[in-house]
Amino acid sequence: MIGSARSWREKPQRYRYQAARCSGCGKVFFPPRVVCDKCRGRSFETQVLAGSGVIETYTVIHIAPSGFTDEAPYAVGVIRLDDGVRITGQIVDCKPEELAVGARVRREFRKVTEDGPSGVIHYGYKFVPES
Amino acid sequence: MEVGIVGYGAYVPRHRIKVEEIAKVWGADAPTYKKGLMLREKSVPSPDQDVITMSVEAARHALTRAGIDPQRIGAIYIGSESHPYAVKPSGTIVADAIGASPDLHCADFEFACKAGSEGMFVALSLVKAGEMDYALGIGADTSQGAPGDALEYSAAAGAAAFIMGREKILAVCEHTYSYTTDTPDFWRREYQHYPRHAGRFTGEPAYFQHLLSCARNLMENSGTTPEDFQYAVFHQPNGKFPMRAAKILGFPKEKIEQGWLAPTLGNTYSGSSPMGLSAVLDVARPGDRILMCSYGSGSGSDGFIFRVTEAITEVQKAAPQTREQLENNPIYIDYGTYAKFRGKIRKLEA
Ligand SMILES: [Zn+2]
Repeated sequence: MIGSARSWREKPQRYRYQAARCSGCGKVFFPPRVVCDKCRGRSFETQVLAGSGVIETYTVIHIAPSGFTDEAPYAVGVIRLDDGVRITGQIVDCKPEELAVGARVRREFRKVTEDGPSGVIHYGYKFVPES
Repeated sequence: MEVGIVGYGAYVPRHRIKVEEIAKVWGADAPTYKKGLMLREKSVPSPDQDVITMSVEAARHALTRAGIDPQRIGAIYIGSESHPYAVKPSGTIVADAIGASPDLHCADFEFACKAGSEGMFVALSLVKAGEMDYALGIGADTSQGAPGDALEYSAAAGAAAFIMGREKILAVCEHTYSYTTDTPDFWRREYQHYPRHAGRFTGEPAYFQHLLSCARNLMENSGTTPEDFQYAVFHQPNGKFPMRAAKILGFPKEKIEQGWLAPTLGNTYSGSSPMGLSAVLDVARPGDRILMCSYGSGSGSDGFIFRVTEAITEVQKAAPQTREQLENNPIYIDYGTYAKFRGKIRKLEA
């Protein structure tokens, strides 16, 4: 379960895919950081991550954590976006056996989890096959 | 001053269920339903999709075509009868996700199947009044029919979004007209999971009376006839009603077909005629005139006349097209999966 406050704070990342690009050395952080671990810089610009990319690696979750049990088996992958940034995300709208390393995926806005039938719904990004 | 659509986009979920799959569970005759409703299959949302997620995708496609800064959008109106929250507007989340917050007006609309065209109507009117440069109207639904009910064969999911503005208009809105009466053909009371309808009463005094009156009065007010239009889009509770309405009004089949999505999409309620309009805008040529009439039980009908401009050709392929989403790569599911996706299976409470 994601706490409502944390979920709300992370809106720029979960809703709008905003990363922080170090003004000193250009390293991109997602989620953003306060200090760059490469050049110790503290100045960042907002960069919106690319909307598609390729599956670099993935795993299929069969024993899901609470809140995700109805979705099992489901895939979680590391996606190399077209701007070079790597991010982790769920890959949906496909059977796990249809997935392949190198396959193209694009981002879509989805429900990630909800705090039960009467609680807050948490939204964010997932990936779906491009075709 | 001319106002109209400056950006549009639709979203169709990938999952589908065929009429045969539903009919076999309830011992119904599939060919009778397919022929009676002129409907073969319908879209089904994934468990992680709802009105908010589909609205975000449709709005992003509209923004891509409009090519505007989302911060310039002054209002967002989402029309739906399946807003995920009973209390907390869908528009707040969609506005934040597309980067339009916080300087904007937001309200969720509800009027059975015509809530989407209402959002479009109010968005258009505010821009016309000069209150704001751009306003976003969305129609979206993930509607449910009660298991075994006739509505289960058609209740589907989808969304369409329209950004209204005054600059670089893709389709100028030339006329609008609305027709509204108190007609109890379809309703859902508070806390009820499924809607109820008055069976055969839903046809003549409801859908046809309102939609035909809306179309006729709109054409009379604007001095137009069916010959003045290249396309007409009518609300699609099934495949049959809009075709019959077209015939009565004197629109030949070829003016209806492009926006006639119901046979493979189903009834997307608030998304229905707006998605039909987006499918027409995908192929319309400069100078074409489009007549659109929604219908919402309760009852009312909103009518629009749009004239397509030169600017349309540049943006038609800029975002995923409606029929391309409908026709490419559907994932067919069985009734068990559908029941699980739509929360129709009673489980242990956690
Ligand atoms: Zn750095």
